[in-house]
Amino acid sequence: MSYGRIEHHPVLGPLPPAATLSFSFDGNNYKAREGESVAAALLANGVRTLRLHEEHGSPRGIYCNIGHCMECRVTISGITGVRSCLTQVKNGMDVRSGTVLPSPFRQTTEAERSPSL
Amino acid sequence: MNAIYDLIVVGAGPAGLAAAGSAAQAGLKVLLLDEFMKLGGRLLGQLHQEPGGAWWNGIREAELLVLGAQEAGADIATGVSVTGLERTDNNGWTLWTTQGCYRTPFVLLATGAAESANPLPGWTLPGVMSIGAAQVMTNVQRVRVGNRGVVIGMSVLAMAIMSELRLAGIELAAIVLPPGNALSGKDSNPEAVLDSLLRFANLAPNAMLKYGAKFLQNSMLRNLALNLYPKQGIRMLDVPLQLRRCAIEIVGRDAVEGVLVADITPRGEPIAGSERVVEADFVCIAGGLYPLVELAAVAGCPFRYVPELGGHVPVHGENMQTLLPGLYVAGNITGVESAKVAIAQGRVAGLSIAFSAAAEKAPGEAEIKDAMEQVKLTRHEALIQFHPDIARSRAKLYQIEIV
Repeated sequence: MSYGRIEHHPVLGPLPPAATLSFSFDGNNYKAREGESVAAALLANGVRTLRLHEEHGSPRGIYCNIGHCMECRVTISGITGVRSCLTQVKNGMDVRSGTVLPSPFRQTTEAERSPSL
Repeated sequence: MNAIYDLIVVGAGPAGLAAAGSAAQAGLKVLLLDEFMKLGGRLLGQLHQEPGGAWWNGIREAELLVLGAQEAGADIATGVSVTGLERTDNNGWTLWTTQGCYRTPFVLLATGAAESANPLPGWTLPGVMSIGAAQVMTNVQRVRVGNRGVVIGMSVLAMAIMSELRLAGIELAAIVLPPGNALSGKDSNPEAVLDSLLRFANLAPNAMLKYGAKFLQNSMLRNLALNLYPKQGIRMLDVPLQLRRCAIEIVGRDAVEGVLVADITPRGEPIAGSERVVEADFVCIAGGLYPLVELAAVAGCPFRYVPELGGHVPVHGENMQTLLPGLYVAGNITGVESAKVAIAQGRVAGLSIAFSAAAEKAPGEAEIKDAMEQVKLTRHEALIQFHPDIARSRAKLYQIEIV
């Protein structure tokens, strides 16, 4: 599903011109507008799931969009834990989502062991 | 270590920009840092009509403040996060950032506010966001957050952003209350929500709501209205305000597919059997704002809990100085108020710091007094009063704490 951009705004006017950039997310290529955030560029392309939770694998996307909640963290050019809402998209950027990591020392709780789950 | 600046301002929102401008104007060497890629902080998303009909466009207001700070000679850096703040022996400060370390005699924290969350099951699904996130995406990034949304939480902030989303052509299926729990508290009680909304009746876009609100100042009529309030809500800007409905859970497999809602009694208890799913592909959680104070805490600032100002605030005087030498605060970190108040506070902070630093063109005490009066005047004239007791609680804070 594609959400796209707000091309015309009754008060803010038409979308200001901006150069088009290319970047990739998990190996897929996308177009972005120069000056926007990685999170905005991905959302405009219909990408909402930015990572899977490290432990449970549940899908996660942006939440606060101001760099406070850390929900939108991705890996950019090999650096993990980068907030996509605060990071300006650059041409050729290699963005990777997060995925489930091993948790060998985690103890399962009684509820998780119970057959009713 | 970089030690060339007299003042480092953290946060380039309305308060930080105004402060950097006035301090640089007075002759201080100022560095302004912000972790976002654009300058203006939360001014950027703001878009509303003033009582006279003119539009308050935060993007334009931010541009003017940036121009003022730049012309005054302040250095500005974006995309830089401040990660630590420590007092050094000789009454100065060390500031750790993602772009190196700085030493400076004066620091102004203008970090603004963050949104409180009212969590509910399903809130980690992609497509759920704070209402401020939707505002930034819509007005600043100009990206559609979805095709049809539900807003959970009914407050003046939620109403203001709701109208901005509608202006951008985003469809909203409903505004409902959060589920009743320890975190949502009064926000899930229709009586309390109606009371708080009535204080903002002057913002109502339609005459019926505006005059309706006047009648409802009478508590008997108010109870009657709550009991008769239509379950499907009253429409405002084509969005049903469902004061008698709450969200129970956000549903969806890999992303938001809808919100499970239930009718509630005037006191907020869900009515069994009334549950249904409202289809939506995005959800905005509107939980209100609280001052963003971490750096003040890390620095060792004493705090006071002032609910009227949005939570814990660093103790400070009317000149914006904290109890720690050289550390100042301005804007929403001192209490949640409008951007215009933040600008006025920023000017006070910039001038006070220039005075204290004995800057080349330092202002006189009269000029600082004038700037403080301007804060009060701006607060008095503010369109959106985030809390009715702001002025009183501020006066109390300034009187008692700073001797």
